[in-house]
Amino acid sequence: MINLAGRDILHGWGKFLFTGVGLGLLIGVTLSMAGIYRGMVDDGQVLIDNSGADLWVVQQGTLGPYAEPSSIRDDVWRGIAGLPGVAETGNAAYLTIQIQHAGIEARVMIVGMEVDRPNRPGAPAYLTAGRPVLAGHYEAIADEKTGLALGERIRIRRHEYVIVGLTRRMVSASGDPMIFVPLKDAQEIQFLKDNDALLNERARTAANPAFNRPGVPGLLEAVQAAGAQSRMVNTVLVRLSPGADADAVANEIQRWKRLTAYTRAQMEDILIAKLIATSSKQIGMFLAILSVVTAAIVAFIIYTMTMAKIREIAVLKLIGAKNRTIALMILQQALGLGLIGFLVGRVASGLWAPVFPKYVLLLPGDALRGFAIVMLICALASVVAIRAALRIDPAEAIGG
Amino acid sequence: MDKIKNSPPAIKLTGLRKRYGSGDAAVDALKGVDMTVWPGEVVGLIGPSGSGKSTLLKCLGAVIEPTGGHMELAGETIYDGASGGWKIPDLRTLRRDRIGFVFQAPYLIPFLDVTDNVALLPMLAGVDNATARQRALELLTALDVAHRAKAQVSQLSGGEQQRVAIARSLANHAPIILADEPTAPLDSERALTVIRILNDMAQQFRTAIIVVTHDEKIIPTFKRIYQIRDGKTHEEAGEGRTV
Ligand SMILES: Nc1ncnc2c1ncn2[C@@H]1O[C@H](COP(=O)(O)OP(=O)(O)OP(=O)(O)O)[C@@H](O)[C@H]1O
Ligand SMILES: [Mg+2]
Repeated sequence: MINLAGRDILHGWGKFLFTGVGLGLLIGVTLSMAGIYRGMVDDGQVLIDNSGADLWVVQQGTLGPYAEPSSIRDDVWRGIAGLPGVAETGNAAYLTIQIQHAGIEARVMIVGMEVDRPNRPGAPAYLTAGRPVLAGHYEAIADEKTGLALGERIRIRRHEYVIVGLTRRMVSASGDPMIFVPLKDAQEIQFLKDNDALLNERARTAANPAFNRPGVPGLLEAVQAAGAQSRMVNTVLVRLSPGADADAVANEIQRWKRLTAYTRAQMEDILIAKLIATSSKQIGMFLAILSVVTAAIVAFIIYTMTMAKIREIAVLKLIGAKNRTIALMILQQALGLGLIGFLVGRVASGLWAPVFPKYVLLLPGDALRGFAIVMLICALASVVAIRAALRIDPAEAIGG
Repeated sequence: MDKIKNSPPAIKLTGLRKRYGSGDAAVDALKGVDMTVWPGEVVGLIGPSGSGKSTLLKCLGAVIEPTGGHMELAGETIYDGASGGWKIPDLRTLRRDRIGFVFQAPYLIPFLDVTDNVALLPMLAGVDNATARQRALELLTALDVAHRAKAQVSQLSGGEQQRVAIARSLANHAPIILADEPTAPLDSERALTVIRILNDMAQQFRTAIIVVTHDEKIIPTFKRIYQIRDGKTHEEAGEGRTV
């Protein structure tokens, strides 16, 4: 037996291909949507992985440092470093700001990291170019996505920083590229007031008789100096020694230090389940609508294609073709259309993914699932056409 | 007539009726047709336009359902108006295996080439592709269209298309062939060729054949002719000229 569906497709392949490409672009949008969701999850995942931490110690009762603000004193690490199972600690400060560079505005996340020893948690896990930050001030490592090059100078708030290293795929939970600077600088960027505010504050302190006592020389200066410095960070990143039980250490920290500590699993839950929950529902909704639209369009195309063949189907019935043969022909055409659509969609989504401003992650598993869903949709959509075809009365379709 | 006495008639119609529509718009196309065709016979069916020739063939070919009377094929009751209509459940298999139909228009499948249009019939009956195509090619050769075997049907002339349609009706060696004006678009030489092939089929495979025609040149070739008038058939003897 010859394949009737294939012959019909070959006979009018131009039209079929054109229709398939149109459908493919729609499927491409759907796949991209899924890719955007995966990209969001992956952004959260790399944020966790690249921080180099096993535990995040944050302000008590907060979901910090990424999902909620958290601020803790920058000396609490001393108490944590001494706990059994803790190998290394690192203060870290995070701040998302808008920077302007070479006329382009970009949203970046400034990460303050400890630079006194190499490989402390919080520093980028690897560099693609340049070297680690060695100086205590005004050097920075930038993610490639910022577009910054080695040796370039960039102004962040009051100071200029020179880019000494580049890294890759270091992004915030919302996909903004990171710029790593020494912790002290980050603290200044994040917590310090500008000159006017500082002068204002000093004047107010000087006007306060409690601080400005003639009988206590030096008090005013001390109070003012304290106000001008920041002693806060957002989190202490903790790396555990091999074999240490993360939950046990986290419990220990929470019990003694009036802080909250999250393990990697808990942080994943915060970043992936909680932080992007609304966005993923949004995307899920969009995916559902796109699937329905795709199904409706496939159904319509297949129906039209079938109705254009009423005469041929009638003749097939007249010469004794079984319903099964006719249904199979329509089903195969629907699946063929789905196959072309899927291939075009997969290629298209791959082509336009890099153009998206945020990370679009096209997983082979998603493509496979997408393929199965497209085929299922096509099969279901062909039911309408098959029913119509089986109702065709051959006697009415032919004359004389 | 060279019929074998103890084999039943290939076609036996008694009082076959067909009414199209109902009420005021009803058309009584067949008002009680009696007809008997024996295996190996080529019978002519003639009558003015609108007299019901195509209707009769479609009833015989199980394309439309009669509204009364009785129909037997090879001794088997296929239709009985008095007891509820069709007597066999699968009309498509009946059409596929037992009836070759040449419609008034060719009705070829445009997305298949000429060979596969003919080979499709045996393929539907389960014959393997190579054998089916071989058989198709033999029929196309006999009907003088083998040189167009690989062509698309849309590239054929009307007469060529009709010959392909005739080849298709012969492809399953059905015991009955119903041909509705098969020679209308053909020149007289080719028309006579078609009649000769049909006669050969009748001889060789004992096929019962009914040919509807207006063609003055081929009417004299029938040994027996049914004339249809006012929805009823009248049997006449034909000249039975050899082609
Ligand atoms: N589907 C139909 N519905 C209603 N009336 C029909 C239908 N088909 C045929 N008729 C009528 O039945 C009568 C017989 O038609 P039929 O097609 O059998 O004639 P015919 O002998 O084949 O004519 P021709 O030589 O022109 O092909 C005509 O009056 C025709 O109008
Ligand atoms: Mg007719």
